[in-house]
Amino acid sequence: MNQPYEIVIGLEVHVQLLTESKLFCGCSTKFGAPPNTQTCPVCIGMPGVLPVMNRKAFELALKTALALNCEIARFTKWDRKNYYYPDLPKGYQISQYDLPLSRNGYLEIRDPSTGSCRRVRIIRVHLEEDAGKSMHDEVAGKADSRIDLNRAGTPLLEIVTRPDIRSPAEAKLFLTELKLLLNYLEVSDCNMQEGSLRVDANINLHVTTPEGVVPTPIVEVKNMNSFRAVERALSYEAARQYAEFLETGKRLGEVPKQTRGWDEDAQITREQRTKEESSDYRYFPDPDLVPVITSEAELQAIRTSVGELPAALRSRLESTWGITAYDSEVLVHQGRAFVDYFEQLARVCGDGKLAANWMQQDIARVLNDQEITIEQFRLSADQLGELLRMIPERRLDTRRAREVFNKMLETRQTTAELVAQMGSVELDDRQIEDICRRLLAENPKTVSDIKSGKIKAVGGLVGQAKKINPNVDPARVRELCLRLIEEMD
Amino acid sequence: MGISVEEVRKVAMLARLLLDDEELQAMSEQLTKILDYMELLRRVETSNVEPLAHPLELVSVFRPDQLAASLPREQALACAPRHDGQCYLVPAVLGEL
Repeated sequence: MNQPYEIVIGLEVHVQLLTESKLFCGCSTKFGAPPNTQTCPVCIGMPGVLPVMNRKAFELALKTALALNCEIARFTKWDRKNYYYPDLPKGYQISQYDLPLSRNGYLEIRDPSTGSCRRVRIIRVHLEEDAGKSMHDEVAGKADSRIDLNRAGTPLLEIVTRPDIRSPAEAKLFLTELKLLLNYLEVSDCNMQEGSLRVDANINLHVTTPEGVVPTPIVEVKNMNSFRAVERALSYEAARQYAEFLETGKRLGEVPKQTRGWDEDAQITREQRTKEESSDYRYFPDPDLVPVITSEAELQAIRTSVGELPAALRSRLESTWGITAYDSEVLVHQGRAFVDYFEQLARVCGDGKLAANWMQQDIARVLNDQEITIEQFRLSADQLGELLRMIPERRLDTRRAREVFNKMLETRQTTAELVAQMGSVELDDRQIEDICRRLLAENPKTVSDIKSGKIKAVGGLVGQAKKINPNVDPARVRELCLRLIEEMD
Repeated sequence: MGISVEEVRKVAMLARLLLDDEELQAMSEQLTKILDYMELLRRVETSNVEPLAHPLELVSVFRPDQLAASLPREQALACAPRHDGQCYLVPAVLGEL
């Protein structure tokens, strides 16, 4: 499907920071409390109160900006963004305008199918406060909206990208990578259901026409409640804009910027109120807050707290353990604790690929079934590593290892105990030869079949050997039987 | 420079101030005077002066990330013209057109 246009997308992401208390007061940021039980005179905008900045929030913001490769402003300040809405009790939001704490960063995203990397540039990352929540009870037919101010004043990070994203799928990829990064940094839980990560998108098309490339008017899309919704809303919007362009021919600048909301039920975007121009917010420096100056020493301390980030971790796992890009993608996506377990497992069993497979199949299945995290998994990486080590050593095949694994989950016994108990000890050559000889003696028909060229018949002998002793290595039984038959002549 | 009645009307609307024609006219005149004064200040040579973000010398004032008691809900809601015991009540806000 080759469309005569290029899609141009920029994202604006709001992320709630993992602090105990709000940005400018000591009220809790905990989600789910009864309405209006986590407010105080500061966050409900009573006259005469003064905001004081939460140090942790500022540090988490810096940490994120550093991880997004931003330039950090050594001098930063806060401004009032003025607008009237019932969930904004002060009549202004404390945000950052001309001197944000960071600018000019980027996040690298890797297309898992092609392995190709692209940089999405970040315009700015700044720290601001959240508004409250309005609830509209239309079903009950009430004329009132209800306002809960628990969320008002919660620290928010605003991350704004350049319009570098070229498809709805790439937007989803960017968000997935950003969320992973924020999880690794432990700056946000990024829970979209609870509103700790919110995404708005600006999208337009560059249409190729006989008169050259024509940009269509930019539309801001809001109200997307999952990454999948983002992808769908943007796909819908691209198609809608192209249809509108064909119909009206309107180009960028000929109509005011439009805001549209994604309707999840109808799977369409709908027009919302026209956005006020930026100057209409009448930004001015907040006289209640003094600027913040960050020293090189403070910055360095935060830099060291950043730790290993997903992209670097993926390439290290690939080079250290010889696993594929796909494997590293899956492992890293499961979080740091999962990766730590994997690395210990790989160290003990001595086989990265084997450990990666077990992580993604057997362990992932158990975690999924029991609805637990790797931290709650009852087998340690050392215990499991002891078991897996027996596979490359040819003391156990995968099927038997899996049986031992399942037993280990049920009981508290060690690998050695279980292997012994299940008779899963390795057989020496003589034992295997005894079994083979016995089978050949008991199955003259099969032997003559094989002699006359029906090599396949040996499968029956292998099956019987497994019944006699489940620990036999099928390949060796097969090989030995054929050799013994040959020697009979 | 000056500020027209139309501009005052727009700013008043953004600030949710209801001004009649007479007030709009008066505001326009007074604000024009203020802006004229700013124009006068603008003539001062300031290219060697660092912009001032805040009149206080103080910078980097923080508090630790610690919880403090919130207001009892009844007390928080008490100042509102209308509430239902849990939430503030306001005239319906509609997100869509």
